[in-house]
Amino acid sequence: MTALASIDLATWGAALAIAGMATVTFLCRIAGVVVMSRMRLTPRMERGLRALPGSIIMATILPVVLENGFPAIVALAATIVTMALVKIDLVALAAGLGTLSILRALGL
Amino acid sequence: MSASLPSFSASGFRHGARIALPAFPGFIMFALAFGTAAAQKGLTFGQTMGLSAFVYAGASQMVGLEIWQKVWSPSTILTIMTVTAIVNARMILLGATLQPWLKHEPKARTVLNLFLLTEAGWLLSTRYHGSGGRDVGVLLGTAVVLYGVWLLATLAGYFAGALVPEPRRFGLDLVMPIFFGVMLVPLWKGIGPALPWLIAGIVSLVVHALVPGYLFIIAGAVAGVLAGMLIE
Repeated sequence: MTALASIDLATWGAALAIAGMATVTFLCRIAGVVVMSRMRLTPRMERGLRALPGSIIMATILPVVLENGFPAIVALAATIVTMALVKIDLVALAAGLGTLSILRALGL
Repeated sequence: MSASLPSFSASGFRHGARIALPAFPGFIMFALAFGTAAAQKGLTFGQTMGLSAFVYAGASQMVGLEIWQKVWSPSTILTIMTVTAIVNARMILLGATLQPWLKHEPKARTVLNLFLLTEAGWLLSTRYHGSGGRDVGVLLGTAVVLYGVWLLATLAGYFAGALVPEPRRFGLDLVMPIFFGVMLVPLWKGIGPALPWLIAGIVSLVVHALVPGYLFIIAGAVAGVLAGMLIE
């Protein structure tokens, strides 16, 4: 703290803020690997981590999509159905964005 | 593809670069929005690119702009670091899932891979890993390409953000959630394995309704992992 205060913050404040943000973000990025390399992965932990990709997707998109109402919900459904049928990422992405812009253009 | 030993190859790197394509629209829109917002907020070009190049985590960069200062003090610097750590805490979980794959990798390459870790790149690589692939080149190839896209779109947003026509009209404000929706489909292995997802979604909705900020993502993700551990 004293070391931080002795630096000229008017000149270096923004650079220090960026460096601080970069440092904590990098620590978040490496922490999982560092911790797991010092732990034995039990079958239970493995099951938990296997649930992560789907969980993180649901946790990220559900509030955002519901907040955007009917067009967003239908667009997400169209994306998922298209992906399940066609199995091509870009086609499903286009179907979702297309559905969303059409519904919005119709004023729904 | 059957499970093979972990390896690293240039062809894997190229494959990774190719499979990153569906994540481009989301990355471009997010970085354009960040570059534009940073310019409007009065950040210099160097500060804007510095955030994208060294922090390289969209949500925390956006939140960082909200509490950005003209004049910094030790306490405002600590505040922005704390907020950044909270928004990016979910990356701890992403890294944890990668550890078995990276176990035998040289340390320097793992540091690079983790510095470039993003949710989108991780989802694409996890899908490859889930189908039996073990080439770490794929992970790095995806990550490097997405990093380049991020920097270019930040630059474009900073100088030409005002030229981007109403993103809402083309649904581009929701391009990231829709990309995540695409990624959800190949993860589907039946109702049982998806139960934790449901719990993650419910917890995320509740936290989102009660707590301001981005806490809902990490809360939902942790709930999903715990549910996965408890459900046999």
